[in-house]
Amino acid sequence: MNDFVEYTTGEPVVDTKAPEGPVAERWDTRRFEAKLVNPANRRKHTVIVVGTGLAGGSAGATLAEQGYHVVQFCYQDSPRRAHSIAAQGGINAAKNYRNDGDSVYRLFYDTVKGGDFRARESNVHRLAQISVNIIDQCVAQGVPFAREYGGLLDTRSFGGVQVSRTFYARGQTGQQLLLGAYQALSKEIAAGNVELHPRTEMLDVVVVDGRARGIVARDLVTGRIDTYFADAVVLASGGYGNVFYLSTNAMNSNATAVWRAHRRGAYFANPCFTQIHPTCIPRTGDHQSKLTLMSESLRNDGRIWVPKAKGDTRPAAEIPEDERDYYLERIYPSFGNLVPRDIASRAAKNVCDEGRGVGPGGQGVYLDFADAIARMGRKAVEAKYGNLFDMYQRITDEDPYRVPMRIYPAVHYTMGGLWVDYDLQTTVPGLFAIGEANFSDHGANRLGASALMQGLADGYFVLPSTINDYLARNPHQDEVDDEHPAVREVVAETEDRLNLLLAVDGDRTPDSFHRELGELMWEFCGMARTDSGLRKALERIPQIREEFWRRIKVPGSGEEFNQSLEKANRIVDYLELAELMCLDALHRAESCGGHFREESQTPDGEAERRDEEFSYAAAWEFAGTGTAPVLHKEDLVFEYVHPTQRSYA
Amino acid sequence: MKLTLRVWRQQNSDADGAMSTYEVDGISADMSFLEMLDTLNEELIVKGEDPVAFDHDCREGICGACSLVINGDAHGPERTTTCQLHMRSFEDGDTIDVEPWRAAAFPVIKDLVVDRSAFDRIIQSGGYISAPTGSAPEAHATPVPKPDADFAFEHAECIGCGACVAACPNGSAMLFTSAKVNHLNVLPQGAPERETRVLDMVTQMDAEGFGGCTLTGECATACPKGIPLPSIAAMNKEWLRATRKARR
Repeated sequence: MNDFVEYTTGEPVVDTKAPEGPVAERWDTRRFEAKLVNPANRRKHTVIVVGTGLAGGSAGATLAEQGYHVVQFCYQDSPRRAHSIAAQGGINAAKNYRNDGDSVYRLFYDTVKGGDFRARESNVHRLAQISVNIIDQCVAQGVPFAREYGGLLDTRSFGGVQVSRTFYARGQTGQQLLLGAYQALSKEIAAGNVELHPRTEMLDVVVVDGRARGIVARDLVTGRIDTYFADAVVLASGGYGNVFYLSTNAMNSNATAVWRAHRRGAYFANPCFTQIHPTCIPRTGDHQSKLTLMSESLRNDGRIWVPKAKGDTRPAAEIPEDERDYYLERIYPSFGNLVPRDIASRAAKNVCDEGRGVGPGGQGVYLDFADAIARMGRKAVEAKYGNLFDMYQRITDEDPYRVPMRIYPAVHYTMGGLWVDYDLQTTVPGLFAIGEANFSDHGANRLGASALMQGLADGYFVLPSTINDYLARNPHQDEVDDEHPAVREVVAETEDRLNLLLAVDGDRTPDSFHRELGELMWEFCGMARTDSGLRKALERIPQIREEFWRRIKVPGSGEEFNQSLEKANRIVDYLELAELMCLDALHRAESCGGHFREESQTPDGEAERRDEEFSYAAAWEFAGTGTAPVLHKEDLVFEYVHPTQRSYA
Repeated sequence: MKLTLRVWRQQNSDADGAMSTYEVDGISADMSFLEMLDTLNEELIVKGEDPVAFDHDCREGICGACSLVINGDAHGPERTTTCQLHMRSFEDGDTIDVEPWRAAAFPVIKDLVVDRSAFDRIIQSGGYISAPTGSAPEAHATPVPKPDADFAFEHAECIGCGACVAACPNGSAMLFTSAKVNHLNVLPQGAPERETRVLDMVTQMDAEGFGGCTLTGECATACPKGIPLPSIAAMNKEWLRATRKARR
């Protein structure tokens, strides 16, 4: 089977923490079975949390409230700037305030189906259950969700579902939820329960006797490399979308924490499951440094179309109604403009490939609000989407109240990540991964407004329960210090890597390599993937890596504030992770969710899953740079939501 | 277009800084201001020179990291963040001055990067609602009148960039502090800590070395999120109310 790619297949990986029994009772069962740490003993345990986004911020605050000593890190100057802040649309919760037929079970069902049957039922059900507590928690913290005139919370609908379960704060829901978590964390910092290290980037994990016992981190201001030790390490460092160079991630979001953990023994699951978001502002030229998302919520009221004729360059206003193709409404009449992200993205690519795209280079489709403005009035549209329209106008210099927005898909989120069990623990004991950094809940495609839900579910509710079990079972771990051979080794490796980057003194900038890798990945491991394309990428990536180590130029020294060194060091990891992403995409010769293999599609061009061969999560074990990794399969069992070919028609 | 940049260069917090002049060419009107600086930095790296350090992250106007004084204005000529400022706001041949935030409470770390941790300490002193995880009542148990919810949101929009401080001739942080006080104090959930919150946050703000407010209004003009000037008056009212209550 695997004669065409270089990897070996190892023993299956099994989630030993997943409880048995009816799916609705599993979380209660696990919480009851998990051992507790006596409140008086919690103070003696130190937990490291890397990242301060929704998952990390909420986890740090909650663990500190419980009495643990938390040592927390972020590369930003303040925990308030983590990239969760940029999430726009909203957060799902099965409150059923609308009485529109929603329930925990329906949210569970929608998420499993939306993920194209590549997520664990147990995890997804837990997420749906906890969703209702998250809203309560956030309201209690003062998160100013949108409200109706009666003073109760407003909700709206989102892609891939037919109920209105998304809570929001205008187009800045991520900001408001993150500030809630940041404020909770700030309270614990003031109380001395959290020791915060801002402008400090994790560069490796310290693994001693098979357990995660700390991290190596660089102070980005002084350049100093330090070690920090703990009884458990939690990675909440986000996704790896920046492998593509152009994405909706923040400029400094990176994969170093998860990739270094992978190199130290944590399996990496489903790296090829990346989400291309359908509604982003198209790029304008080679200078482009990042892409900006326009919230998916816009698809509630905006209508997506392209001209019926190829190469129609007339301005939108001059194209009569009967010469427009509202292609999502045409192909998917029951979901229309609200189909899931992967389907909307691919449809946009298809019409552009046909030569019907709009705007410069034909890489765009219209998102038109003319009907919404006529129906609701400009005022109502402003109230709902004002800040998004302003942002669009600022970037494009076009007024979306008068001319339709132009949008195009862009890399947005990564469903893949570190493999974790039901307790969110990786294959390295004591090393946990939460939020986008893990792979657990979204399968092959994440539904809109579910990332915020998962980040906060993991941080506020799941991890604080499950980490107790680990700490209770390992109450007295040996002291570790800088003299331990394993610690000396990881510090030396880190220092050598940075010194080498500085010593090459070549002629190419870090960005030039990052851009080259990103273009390659977008072409061959982007919206549509093929056997031959992925092979090309797999051949090319090691060549780029070799060239990188020969020609990279990093000015300055390691003992100072050096943004070029930060970038170059992150690219080292992208150059390895990219290879695993392509290998995973090549080995998974089926289409599912965001992973579309051109060889595996239905006669009408939809993604065709191949459950008999691929109904598993692919967990990869690192075997060395450029060495064939080992594939461990975790079989997915569906007892409740029976896999069907997804249909949104 | 072709531009002349005069950029503040400072090796570290202890070193003296100075303006350095650079020429950049081939700048497109569609570039953001930071992409223009990227272009300069790419050239500097290839030449073996130290690129210009500046804070930036999301580049979509929400994280609050970017922080440049451009031609004397915090975030430049448009009412937005530096990352959302585009080069179409400038003319071919322009000379542009680029400086860091200037304020006693924001020491320079390198070039255009400053230390804004004072803002975090103000939040830590009381800019939160004590609601430990798991103790929250059902979200619909307490309706919040829409005008109050909207008022809270309008102030919660603050991104903590510090433009208000950089724009203020006194280096005052009243707009930043008032935004958080008003966000939380108007909500029923924030009521139990209403008095201690405003008193503690104002005390911390003063301790950090921010200047006093003389109502020049520069802060609200520079704020990329449009936090309104009356926010300061509302906080003063909260503070007076709290001091009166404390005396009782």
